[in-house]
Amino acid sequence: MMGVLLVGLYVFVLACFVGFEIITKIPPTLHTPLMSGANAISGITLVGALWAARSGEAKISSILGALAIACATINVVGGFLVTDRMLGMFGSRKDK
Amino acid sequence: MTDVLQQIVPLLYLTSAVLFILGLKGLTKVRSARRGNAIASLAMLIAVVATLLDLGLVDYRWILAGLVVGGAIGGVAALRVEMTAMPEMVALFNGSGGGASALVALAILWLEVIEPGHSGTAASALGGSNALTAFLSILIGSVTLSGSIVAFLKLSGRLRGRPGFLSARNVINSGTTLVALGIGFYMTFGAADPAAVATWAVALTAVGLLLGILLVWPIGGADMPVVISLLNSLSGVAAAATGFVLDNNVLIISGALVGASGLILTQIMCKAMNRTLGHVLFADFGDDDTDTGDNEYTNVRSFSAEEAAMMLEDASSVVVVPGYGLAVAQAQHVVREMADILTAQGAKVSYGIHPVAGRMPGHMNVLLAEADVPYEQLLEMDRINPDFKTTDVVLVVGANDVVNPAAESQPSSPIYGMPILKVGESRSVIVIKRSLSPGYAGIKNGLFEHDNAMMIFGDAKQVLQDLVKELKELA
Repeated sequence: MMGVLLVGLYVFVLACFVGFEIITKIPPTLHTPLMSGANAISGITLVGALWAARSGEAKISSILGALAIACATINVVGGFLVTDRMLGMFGSRKDK
Repeated sequence: MTDVLQQIVPLLYLTSAVLFILGLKGLTKVRSARRGNAIASLAMLIAVVATLLDLGLVDYRWILAGLVVGGAIGGVAALRVEMTAMPEMVALFNGSGGGASALVALAILWLEVIEPGHSGTAASALGGSNALTAFLSILIGSVTLSGSIVAFLKLSGRLRGRPGFLSARNVINSGTTLVALGIGFYMTFGAADPAAVATWAVALTAVGLLLGILLVWPIGGADMPVVISLLNSLSGVAAAATGFVLDNNVLIISGALVGASGLILTQIMCKAMNRTLGHVLFADFGDDDTDTGDNEYTNVRSFSAEEAAMMLEDASSVVVVPGYGLAVAQAQHVVREMADILTAQGAKVSYGIHPVAGRMPGHMNVLLAEADVPYEQLLEMDRINPDFKTTDVVLVVGANDVVNPAAESQPSSPIYGMPILKVGESRSVIVIKRSLSPGYAGIKNGLFEHDNAMMIFGDAKQVLQDLVKELKELA
């Protein structure tokens, strides 16, 4: 049991370091797209939500799961789309 | 078949995690940023497909309902939103991310502890560490949800932007935090029958929501870049906590990436205001023993658009310093139009962007990018500051505290020590502002009395339109 937790903590700490390394290199111009992109990535809870809503019965857990899916999907779809829209604007002058 | 799947699913999760990191790496350059975003969305698709494969044949009704509703709301919001409303949009997304994590943890509690009628504590049903992280996920997620909604209401002007002064708020907030932690631990390790676990889980959610409101309510408009970054970080931490509940590494990795990202932005924003995170969250701005000084102005010179246009006509180098007022007036397009005229006349035009200009990190950059301003012309504070000495005209549009020389010259000022754009060093400064009313910090701006400063009073968009008209007539 502790083994799984410990591996998880290793993964978490190392991922934090990777995150710090990469994100400190992102220029201020891209900070808003970074935030909306991060919003989309935090929609990864969708994976957990799918697990929670797997039973088709009208139980409280399924309803909570379905709500979680809806919230997470808002993040995923909305976050990636709006980030793409913004980044398209950053490039527009160059493409012309 | 199932054996093969059990081998493939973890590999797909690994691929997804790697692609998330590569996607973020793409965001380090403007040129590769769009591809980076596409890579990250591919990572998400792979993670979802892997999960569906792992689930196998289940009842998809709830899943489909959630996906359709969420996808429709997210899609419409993303395509409709105005660039000036990005801070509100990001605040809402932070909230729904946090809310999703809390909902997943609650659903797992119901699914594996409460609905099977498990007699014993949540910790004995889920395992101690999973139950503990479920508690953290519910708490952090609900704080993020309600805090983000308050931030959204403030950003969209539905709630007062000025800091609210809740007396004794620090006592109330720490008390509420302790109550939340107490309830959480009792829900995890104390409550020993399903009904009790359910009751305490609801209580934990309620107190978490209350805490989020209490934390963000007193924080004022110009501190929003810090708050929004912090909530961004929390939504990632909540996702990582959910990853611990489910023992799923993709969630842990992505959550950690988002958590780190938000934390770095929080730090950058705090540094740009010369304040600590603790000061933003727990102190009322200006309640230190500082002197806000005399707010009366003398020697302010008010000019017309016509006179300003003549100065701009003669200038060979112009720097535009935008602030939140530009966003409020939606003046980004007309700024670009004016810059185009000046450029056509041979002037060099660039933009000086303070890190906390606007209401979120990078706010000004996105607005100006929307108006097709080439990003090469958007210069950071440290890049542009040495250039002011050789600049003919600086045009300050809807910015105030970020150009206030008191930050450098008056040790008694509440903003003393905050890095500013040194616009006063240029030959002349044109300030477009509605009135002489103080900015967020509530202090006088000595720049407006400088001999080389001229004020044009009015709505930023209207004044700029007048400037454009005058410039066209002069040409």
